[in-house]
Amino acid sequence: MAKIIVDGKEIDVPAEFTLLQACEEAGAEIPRFCYHERLSIAGNCRMCLVEVKGGPPKPVASCAMGVRDLRPGPNGEPPVVFTRSPMVKRAREGVMEFLLINHPLDCPICDQGGECDLQDQAMAYGVDTSRYAENKRAVEDKYIGPLVKTSMNRCIHCTRCIRFTTEVAGVPDLGAIGRGEDMEITTYLEHAMRSELQGNVIDLCPVGALTSKPYAFQARPWELTKTESIDVMDGLGSAIRVDARGREVMRILPRTNDAVNEEWISDKTRFIWDGLRRQRLDRPYLRENGKLRPASWNEAFAAIAMKVKAAKPERIGAIVGDLASVEDSFALKLLMEKLGSANIDGRGDGTALDPKGGRASYLFNATIAGIDDADAILIVGSNPRIEGSVLNARIRKRWRSGPVSIGLIGEAVDLTYPYEYLGAGPATLTDLVNGDHSFTKVLAEAKRPLIILGQGALTRADGAAVQALAAKLALAVGAVKDGWNGFSVLHTAASRVGSLELGLVPGEGGLDARAMAGADALDVLFLLGADEAEVAPGAFVVYQGTHGDNGAHRADVILPGAAYTEKSGTYVNTEGRVQLANRAAFPPGDAREDWAILRALSDVIGQRLPFDSLSQLRQTLYATYPEFADIDSVLVGDPAGLAAVAAAGGAVSEAAFVSAVNDFYLTNPIARASTVMAECSALALGVVRQAAE
Amino acid sequence: MAVRRLAPAEVQPSSFAFTAENAVWAGEQIAKYPEGRQASAVISLLWKAQEQCGGWLPEAAIRNVAELLGMAYIRVLEVATFYTMFNLEPVGKYFVQLCGTTPCMVRGAGALRDALQARFGDQHHVSADGNFCWLEVECLGACANAPMVQINNDYYEDLTPESLNTLLDDLAAGKPVKIGPQNGRTSSEPAGGLTSLTDPALYDGSVIGTWKKRFEEEEAKAKAAAEEKAKAEAAAAAAEAAEVKEPAKSAGTRPEQQAADTPAERVAEGKAPVSAEDKTKAAPTNPPEEHERAKDKGAVPTVGGKPSDPDDKAKG
Repeated sequence: MAKIIVDGKEIDVPAEFTLLQACEEAGAEIPRFCYHERLSIAGNCRMCLVEVKGGPPKPVASCAMGVRDLRPGPNGEPPVVFTRSPMVKRAREGVMEFLLINHPLDCPICDQGGECDLQDQAMAYGVDTSRYAENKRAVEDKYIGPLVKTSMNRCIHCTRCIRFTTEVAGVPDLGAIGRGEDMEITTYLEHAMRSELQGNVIDLCPVGALTSKPYAFQARPWELTKTESIDVMDGLGSAIRVDARGREVMRILPRTNDAVNEEWISDKTRFIWDGLRRQRLDRPYLRENGKLRPASWNEAFAAIAMKVKAAKPERIGAIVGDLASVEDSFALKLLMEKLGSANIDGRGDGTALDPKGGRASYLFNATIAGIDDADAILIVGSNPRIEGSVLNARIRKRWRSGPVSIGLIGEAVDLTYPYEYLGAGPATLTDLVNGDHSFTKVLAEAKRPLIILGQGALTRADGAAVQALAAKLALAVGAVKDGWNGFSVLHTAASRVGSLELGLVPGEGGLDARAMAGADALDVLFLLGADEAEVAPGAFVVYQGTHGDNGAHRADVILPGAAYTEKSGTYVNTEGRVQLANRAAFPPGDAREDWAILRALSDVIGQRLPFDSLSQLRQTLYATYPEFADIDSVLVGDPAGLAAVAAAGGAVSEAAFVSAVNDFYLTNPIARASTVMAECSALALGVVRQAAE
Repeated sequence: MAVRRLAPAEVQPSSFAFTAENAVWAGEQIAKYPEGRQASAVISLLWKAQEQCGGWLPEAAIRNVAELLGMAYIRVLEVATFYTMFNLEPVGKYFVQLCGTTPCMVRGAGALRDALQARFGDQHHVSADGNFCWLEVECLGACANAPMVQINNDYYEDLTPESLNTLLDDLAAGKPVKIGPQNGRTSSEPAGGLTSLTDPALYDGSVIGTWKKRFEEEEAKAKAAAEEKAKAEAAAAAAEAAEVKEPAKSAGTRPEQQAADTPAERVAEGKAPVSAEDKTKAAPTNPPEEHERAKDKGAVPTVGGKPSDPDDKAKG
């Protein structure tokens, strides 16, 4: 710790702090453009200048000067820093004037207007006039992909975007060509950026040089209603802020949550919002003579009631989809219980996870923040880059921060960090368990080994056996011990952990999702937002969901539900963090919140559910499952249960692991309805070669 | 400086590879750097690639170098566009770089620029026969021979528009040309013959040892002069003490009076140009003999403790 006096206030800060951090600690506000907490220090905007007593007779860039590099006073007094002296004020005004020399005066037509660092800081630290009468610099706009719009006249060369793509995203696409006044930010020959985290450069850009292409000229920040919520595009439950104007979600931004997403979100999370407007189911539909026709709620309910009443309980089933909230799933579970059916499954992808194995068998036990502490990582049957992009950035961050051995069993893909490729399939995992592989030693010698088990390894016929092998390996290498549980399952669906917590698995004699979708397995099948299931002909399918996707095409009755931005719902992320998503807008047309639809339907069927409001539903839910009441806390699995999972054993096949996500941009009905995601997907597949605009 | 861009696609070769010889050389360059730091060789490799491509850097070469060094393409493009010595567009067989920085400018680089402009047209423009292309660049470090141009790897110095045109004519005609100064000089010696160190005695051995001897002589002279002066002052002081005088003004309290106390005034009054008091004050910083020398030469004002006699250096 080192003492330092900032504006007359003496504080004690770690010696490795920069002056900027020390000043912030002391409560002084330091303007900055290039400095960012999660990126390396560039020191090129010069906005954070402060005066240092005893230092050089000129202002010092506080972001790049360490506290330990300051000299003490002649009698050993702590170094003195001024952030509000006349010299600092003049220096900031000078820097701001230089920055504005080449910055266009197009704030009225700039999408960053109203949330622009340059605008704000020019107000706070600049002067009111310009002395510059010459021509301003003109820079050609660049094409850097379908998501990020460029307006390069506005660029102030802070290089945050370059540092982000290179350091955090690990895809060094952006660079600065030329020099001096002619410096320009671009990708190599203007190809599209290839990171699935590229949207974050929009947030990082302190000016309007990089803005959101889909959101261009859509809204002004002060018109938007901001709602803090949770993302459901993957299993991470990233913290987001949903900005809506009236009924429509206009954009989605990340919120800072160091335990989950730090301050990044994936492109799918960010740009999904146009999918919330297209292909929406806004009224009930009924299939008559093979064609769907719009119907009233009563007609739809009556048709369902007729079929349900005619069917035997064991011929009724329900599959819960990937985006369902805990409340909706709970309502469906109660309804199925009342109907006397054991056919319910919350694992539409057929993953081998089962609540019987105990919570530790299906959670990311090490927690996402725990990745920072791991010193050996084994990834099994997963491509974290597309299954949990932000989590992958976390592994990359761990790799950057110090030596770590990373091994991969599965597809040999570019994860943005180097890893040891161990093998393609379960055979390698067996070798590791038997100690026939050198990586076993690496894991065993690590203090905190982390084994990430992906859905690609679990959604196979031998998924349970693979899980058992992984658990066995975790126990064998000491990944499960006091204070550390390295056995971690990476989920791809937002609803999955919640469903497993609720016990949404077939009961005694019940059918699982795969069996229910099979030919002539059931008479009536409820699909709660389950679009991935290919339901064979025969059953009467009730699809309750948001989009006209696979499920709706197969459905006999469609009940329009609310998307995740249109309802308040509980989601449990892959590490067992219970989080609450909030309503930012209202569902379109006649669409209703899913729990309310189920409640109304239950009345028509004659099996009335015991709640009339969401709060009543939650009371009922919390009475049975108190863990859901503890919002923002992490559920902890008892590692003792892993021994039983490991003992289960079973034969594994030779087939190689394949990631559960084959197209990052099209994993759920909302994404499939989004034109932005479609374009990204086509670009990722190399189909479209779009020229610069 | 202007925005530098890659050459248009039509002139870009589709591929690039180092020749066997250059590939070996590149390998040696890369091996200079420790494991994981191979990117340090990027400038050497780009330079070699430019040499191999006839003076410019095609896009394919940038990619090839990036692949050799395991760098992202954009990282190499950043380097290639940053350094202006990498030509991103084809240049002529003779690439004329005219130095336009201050020393050359005051020695007539402007006229050379006009000559080049008249002969070849705009900068960066390759002549129709593909032989020439010119560019004004910053200091090439041959200021003693200003103005100058660099053509490919050679310097041609001391140019006039005429000699530059002759030079370019010769190059165009394929005649051999003289590298270096074009005005008869061999390097940066004085153009009109020697102006100093011309005394033949300097070279016949007669002055060996005179340098040291001179100091001894001067020291002895100074000593004698000092003794004489001390004697004179003592006599004057005795005479003054005999007279009745007005009270002496305290020294050092009236700066305006001190300022008026200039050597010129003192000489006019018939006193030594520098008072004995001032001399003792200055003594710690200035070698005494230098002062004495100055006095001997007839009260030449001293600059920085050294005589400003222009001949002094030549004699020494």
